[in-house]
Amino acid sequence: MKKINKHRYRILLVAMPLLFLAIFYFYPLIKIFSLSLMPEGVWSPGKLHKLVSSTFYARTLWFTFWQAALSTILTLTLALPGAYVFARYRFFGKNLLQSFATVPFVLPTVVVAAAFQALLGPNGLINIWLMQWFDLSYAPIHLNHTIWFILLAHVFYNYTVVLRIVGGFWSRMECTLAEAAQVLGASPWQTFYKITLPLLSPAIFAAALLVFIFCFSSFGVILILGGPRFATIEVEIYRQAVHLFNLPMAAALSIIQIIFTFALMGVYTALQRKTAVNLTPASSARSQRKVASCRDRIIVGGNTALMIFLLGMPLLALIFRSFSTDNGLSLVFYRALFENPTQSIFFVPPMQAVSYSVGFAGVTLVLAVLLGLPAASFLAAPQKRLGALLDPIFMLPLSTSAVTLGFGFIIALDRPPLNLRTSLMLVPLAHTLVAFPFVVRSILPALRSIPGSLREAATLLGASPLKVWQAVDMPIVGRALLVGAVFAFTVSLGEFGATAFVARPQTPTMPLAIYRFLGQPGAMNYGQAMAMSSMLMMVTAVGFLLLEKVRIGGMGEF
Amino acid sequence: MKKAILWITTGVFFLGFFIPLTTAADFANEITVMTHDSFSISKAVVASFETLHNAKIRFLKAGDAGAALNQAILSKNNPLADLFFGVDNTFMSRALEADIFEAYASPLLSQIRDDLKLDPQNRLLPVDFGDVCLNYDKKWFAQKKLRPPASLEDLVKPAYRGLTVVENPATSSPGLAFLLATVGHFGENGYLDFWKEMRANDVMITSGWKEAYWGCFSAASKGRQPIVVSYASSPPAEVYYAKTPPDQAPTAAVTSDQTCFRQIEFVGIFKGTPKQDLARKLVDFMLDRKFQEDIPLQMFVFPANHSARLPEVFVKYACIADRPVQVPYAEIAAKREQWIEAWTDTVLR
Repeated sequence: MKKINKHRYRILLVAMPLLFLAIFYFYPLIKIFSLSLMPEGVWSPGKLHKLVSSTFYARTLWFTFWQAALSTILTLTLALPGAYVFARYRFFGKNLLQSFATVPFVLPTVVVAAAFQALLGPNGLINIWLMQWFDLSYAPIHLNHTIWFILLAHVFYNYTVVLRIVGGFWSRMECTLAEAAQVLGASPWQTFYKITLPLLSPAIFAAALLVFIFCFSSFGVILILGGPRFATIEVEIYRQAVHLFNLPMAAALSIIQIIFTFALMGVYTALQRKTAVNLTPASSARSQRKVASCRDRIIVGGNTALMIFLLGMPLLALIFRSFSTDNGLSLVFYRALFENPTQSIFFVPPMQAVSYSVGFAGVTLVLAVLLGLPAASFLAAPQKRLGALLDPIFMLPLSTSAVTLGFGFIIALDRPPLNLRTSLMLVPLAHTLVAFPFVVRSILPALRSIPGSLREAATLLGASPLKVWQAVDMPIVGRALLVGAVFAFTVSLGEFGATAFVARPQTPTMPLAIYRFLGQPGAMNYGQAMAMSSMLMMVTAVGFLLLEKVRIGGMGEF
Repeated sequence: MKKAILWITTGVFFLGFFIPLTTAADFANEITVMTHDSFSISKAVVASFETLHNAKIRFLKAGDAGAALNQAILSKNNPLADLFFGVDNTFMSRALEADIFEAYASPLLSQIRDDLKLDPQNRLLPVDFGDVCLNYDKKWFAQKKLRPPASLEDLVKPAYRGLTVVENPATSSPGLAFLLATVGHFGENGYLDFWKEMRANDVMITSGWKEAYWGCFSAASKGRQPIVVSYASSPPAEVYYAKTPPDQAPTAAVTSDQTCFRQIEFVGIFKGTPKQDLARKLVDFMLDRKFQEDIPLQMFVFPANHSARLPEVFVKYACIADRPVQVPYAEIAAKREQWIEAWTDTVLR
């Protein structure tokens, strides 16, 4: 009897996220696929034979795959030391540094391109320095339109994913096992390889998966930084859907993209099950130490230097450009943000753009957490087939072409009760689709690490399931939930997802305002775009700092 | 049980949260215009229509010109709006084939330049136009003591090696317009040879206008290329949006004969709109002088109405091509894909 109840309760848990996905993901997608491939109810493949007759698409799939894999490996390599430093040390400015490390995530690609251009372009700072120091007559660094630029930008964007997910998990890990190993004579390297790494692997896998999927469906970075010679499936889908209006091909490519991610997720889920290890959570008071020795200083200082070089310099270059004019530094671009010289009806007062952005991001955060928490709780429990199927399904929205989904919204959500096409709500709903997988992936490793014995003990002592959740799960998951919430907020601030392609009333967010400025020639437009980008960065960083301060449901600092 | 109540409450809360936001208010005298992201118009002009007809105009922006049109076509059974602004002559055939617009012979058409009226049935009515052409950095050429380019043929000369940045016609509308300019200029048999030489002469290709202008053009950013494919109205924009207005535009447009492609933007009324009357009034309004004279400084393109006066910055710094390249839109419709495909093979692969 009890068992049945428990089962029912678990189904109830997953019902809401599933319903959400069914309405806002599967329904629009199925509609657009059937309209594309079967316009009159009959299968009409159009020019789909090109998919197999030309090697172009196979090559595109291969490129999409290897650039994503390489980007993931590079990001892990560069960000894992950072995760270690953030997990094990307390140092001055840590929260601030962590907030700024997440800022790249929200920046529009055009702006990131401008930042790197200011640094590494043919007339960028670094090239000019190198030319002066080594007395060169040409710029030594050529990044524009090379694979290196794509990889660099992917690391720049995704560093924070590894830092937050792995770092957060690591900070709750007891040092006792590692200490025991060292007492028993293991070298630090052996300890890391044999003890720490296996314990960490669920978080590393989760972060790697997110980074991979993000790079796999990379769009702006490839199009803008990589140039026209590179194409991922996502870019090709956009080209087919928007420029050629070849919907059958766009649909077929979207399906390939989805199947590929689904298969990959299947492998991942199977792997992940084997790696979950129960851990007794530690408080950061015990696991973190102050920077004391010389060695500590080198480690923390070195990592901070790396982060500043990799993430900070491009951001600083942007801020610098927002103030710099031909005759020195000035606030002229910021002041211009408040003016509307052409009296355009589409003028956005900066504060209004900020409030739209933050408003959408807030709603996205709430929705993503409300849906992600039950979904992750369902997946965390030891289970059989259903979980193995649902886990990959929950990740799909992250890797689905935004333009396909956007077009799906147009034809699927067009009648009451779901007449959402021009509703304000469509924006946070679309953002939630992308944010929700982040929440699930952030919480899951933490939830899985909770020893079953803790929950059983609580139940034996007479706690109701709700009480068990409150007393056991929540304090342990709190930190991870925060990580997920930060990403949900970020995803929305950066305007990821289908909204870029969906008709919307006059509710311009900061990224849209930036695009609008960059749409016309003239120095003032460029300056204002840079000023608005700097504001977006500030709002993001402040948002994170505030979020960090929130203690959800009395959970302590873990 | 407690858990169930918790979830039901959450569910109700969640539903209650977005239902009020889902039903768009629909007033009898509200008219919706679907358009692309670059559309702009001044508040006063909108207000004058609204007071005159006791109506409200609502604008829906739906991505770039291509994405917006495709969404309009996808939703043709249940249109999102009453009018659509921003179909251009490169996308025109797609709109007309999809049969989403109804004909309207506006009386104001008599004031519109004849060369812009491409649809004899008046399903799409011309509102503005812009010439896509080469722009160059005046200072750069003065410093290098090199003659600025005067024709398309100049671009493939050794002296101009590596100086030009062009947008990819497969992903950019000025890029497509420039490709059409070369097709019209060199003919269908000659344009690929030109592009072969362009490639050999180190032409830079970017995905879109923003990357070309802001990322590569030496006059706008710290880029390397002093020649870019942009609009004939970009120089006045450079002046208008300069921090302190210069006496001279920092850039210039090449508008010599047969080097520009004229992009024309149209407005159309969606078939089956319940607000046909108001929609027609709005079309008339858009072709009338008040709206037309507002266009240049809002979107940096030229008004289609020949009696519209141009703002001073346009009179002083802008030029219109006397003889732009002519490519019939029916031919564009038939061969656009094929040309883009051939271009991609020649220049990128």
